[in-house]
Amino acid sequence: MEVKIIIPAPQPVLPAQPISSELEVRIRKRFSNPEGSFNLNVHFRALAGFTIIFGASGAGKTTLLDCIAGLTDPDDGRIAVGGEDLYDSEKKRNVAAWKRRIGYVHQDLALFPHLTAEENVAYGLRGLSAAERQTRSREMLGLFRIGHLRERRPAQISGGERQRVALARALVTEPRALLLDEPLAALDRPTKSSLVGDLRRWNQEHRVPILFVTHNGEEVFALGDEVIVLDGGIIVAQGLPHETMRAPRLETIARLSGFENIFNATVVALHEDRGTMTCQLGKDGVELETPLVRADVGSRLRVGVRAGDLLLATESPRGLSARNVLPGTIVGLEQRDVIISATVDCGGTEFEVHLTLAARDSLGLGPGKSVWVVAKTHSCHLMRM
Amino acid sequence: MNWEAFWLTVRLAAIVSTLLIAIGIPIAYWLTYSRWRWKFLVEAAVALPIVLPPTVLGFYVLVALGTRSPLGRWWQSLTGHTLAFTFEGLVIGSLLYSLPFAVQPFAASFGAVDSSLLRASASLGHSPMQTFRRIVLPLSKAGLVTGFALSFAHTLGEFGVVLMVGGNIPGVTRTISIDIYDQVQTANYSSANQTALVLLIISFVVLSTVYWLNRYGLNGRPWVAGPWK
Repeated sequence: MEVKIIIPAPQPVLPAQPISSELEVRIRKRFSNPEGSFNLNVHFRALAGFTIIFGASGAGKTTLLDCIAGLTDPDDGRIAVGGEDLYDSEKKRNVAAWKRRIGYVHQDLALFPHLTAEENVAYGLRGLSAAERQTRSREMLGLFRIGHLRERRPAQISGGERQRVALARALVTEPRALLLDEPLAALDRPTKSSLVGDLRRWNQEHRVPILFVTHNGEEVFALGDEVIVLDGGIIVAQGLPHETMRAPRLETIARLSGFENIFNATVVALHEDRGTMTCQLGKDGVELETPLVRADVGSRLRVGVRAGDLLLATESPRGLSARNVLPGTIVGLEQRDVIISATVDCGGTEFEVHLTLAARDSLGLGPGKSVWVVAKTHSCHLMRM
Repeated sequence: MNWEAFWLTVRLAAIVSTLLIAIGIPIAYWLTYSRWRWKFLVEAAVALPIVLPPTVLGFYVLVALGTRSPLGRWWQSLTGHTLAFTFEGLVIGSLLYSLPFAVQPFAASFGAVDSSLLRASASLGHSPMQTFRRIVLPLSKAGLVTGFALSFAHTLGEFGVVLMVGGNIPGVTRTISIDIYDQVQTANYSSANQTALVLLIISFVVLSTVYWLNRYGLNGRPWVAGPWK
């Protein structure tokens, strides 16, 4: 007797949420910025949720978004969202911008000045009855907490409110992907975080890829999602913010995310028991205790320290947990907005230290003053040369 | 004061400037957005009536309207009379003569619409034509009114083209400016002075209305959306 083994057909698994669209970008595009001409050459996938595109101005961020939105054509490559090709140089396919269904909020917002907030939001709703358009745009205005502004024109509302109108206008069309070009740049911190919260709330339901462009390292950590670091048109790092930003392996990222102090250093001693090591800065510079990395005595590294992570003391401090206390002399003080940038010479090595105005005044800091620079071990970030 | 000539002129100017809105908007649209490399030739052709002596323009229009040209023959077969020396012929001549005074303000105001608004409109799913209708045209109100008023005022005062194309037929082609000329020829200076003054005042009122609207707008709302972010 023949034994028949019946293998049950695999049951289709229904996703608990709508099938999330995935954005795939593999393009090349020549672009120019004030520093010259670059080749944007990127390949990445963005899943539903935030993907941060981080880079200095001129790194090609806006060119990248323009290509995805269809507002400029790449030289070649492929752009697809949810499996549908929007651009494919091999298949000679190039979907017009207005047929792509990609939401794009540009830094200058581009609200229509002759339309009210509600009319702006309703603008992208097409092929619906007037009543339906009104319902949906009012719902979206409510979600972004600007329902009370619906009769106002862009010139009559504040910058933060305009930002909300611009976001609501892009989201109400239910785009397949959302491109945000520094949408928070002009906002104060509380407004920023509440806007990001609203955006996340919206995307929990819609599950679309959101490309969030910024040149502000702080925003990268605040959003805490996948980050793609762009420099000179190419992707130089990709991963979670704390991997790509906190412990940079590449100096370009360090510079971008605000390491004012970067030194060449040589490992002089390893303290495996304590998880630290000692590095000498420069040729005969001061020694710093840094976190332990896989390195040998004598190997050369770079050490980066943020100016905002350093402390200054006017007397030799005692009883500190910080392991690096370096005597030095202030050689310069410079005021930048509300921050004082002090340059301190510690035995031939110059550190930049950021202080508040109040700290400068209460400590009576000035050029020539003797101070101690204090750095925690874990404020010293190591990069390979 | 020759009221027959006056109303004929006003009727001519109103018809011409209204038709120029319909004709001028597509031309101005094309001039603003086309990337054709020979576009400058079209721009120059549209601007020609500004610098050309009206008699030269009128001469060519007369030839084009006459029975020796295909247009003139077609019109004659249709209506039984020629276009030359008729009111319709005058309208055609004036359309050409006043074209740049409509097209140039139109094109300037279309071009002044921030391109980021056009990009935003495209990202919100609107085709270029829809974007033109819903964004560019409403934001170009000032330019449209300016073009309408300038071509109206310009047609009011035309002389050379009218004389060449229309002749001087009372009630059909005799406009104010020709009437003034006739009166001066017959040394009837007081009547010429009266008519000239009326033309001067109307033209001044039309132009100052346009400039006032451009500055203060209707209902206290500015016509031109000022720079804002």
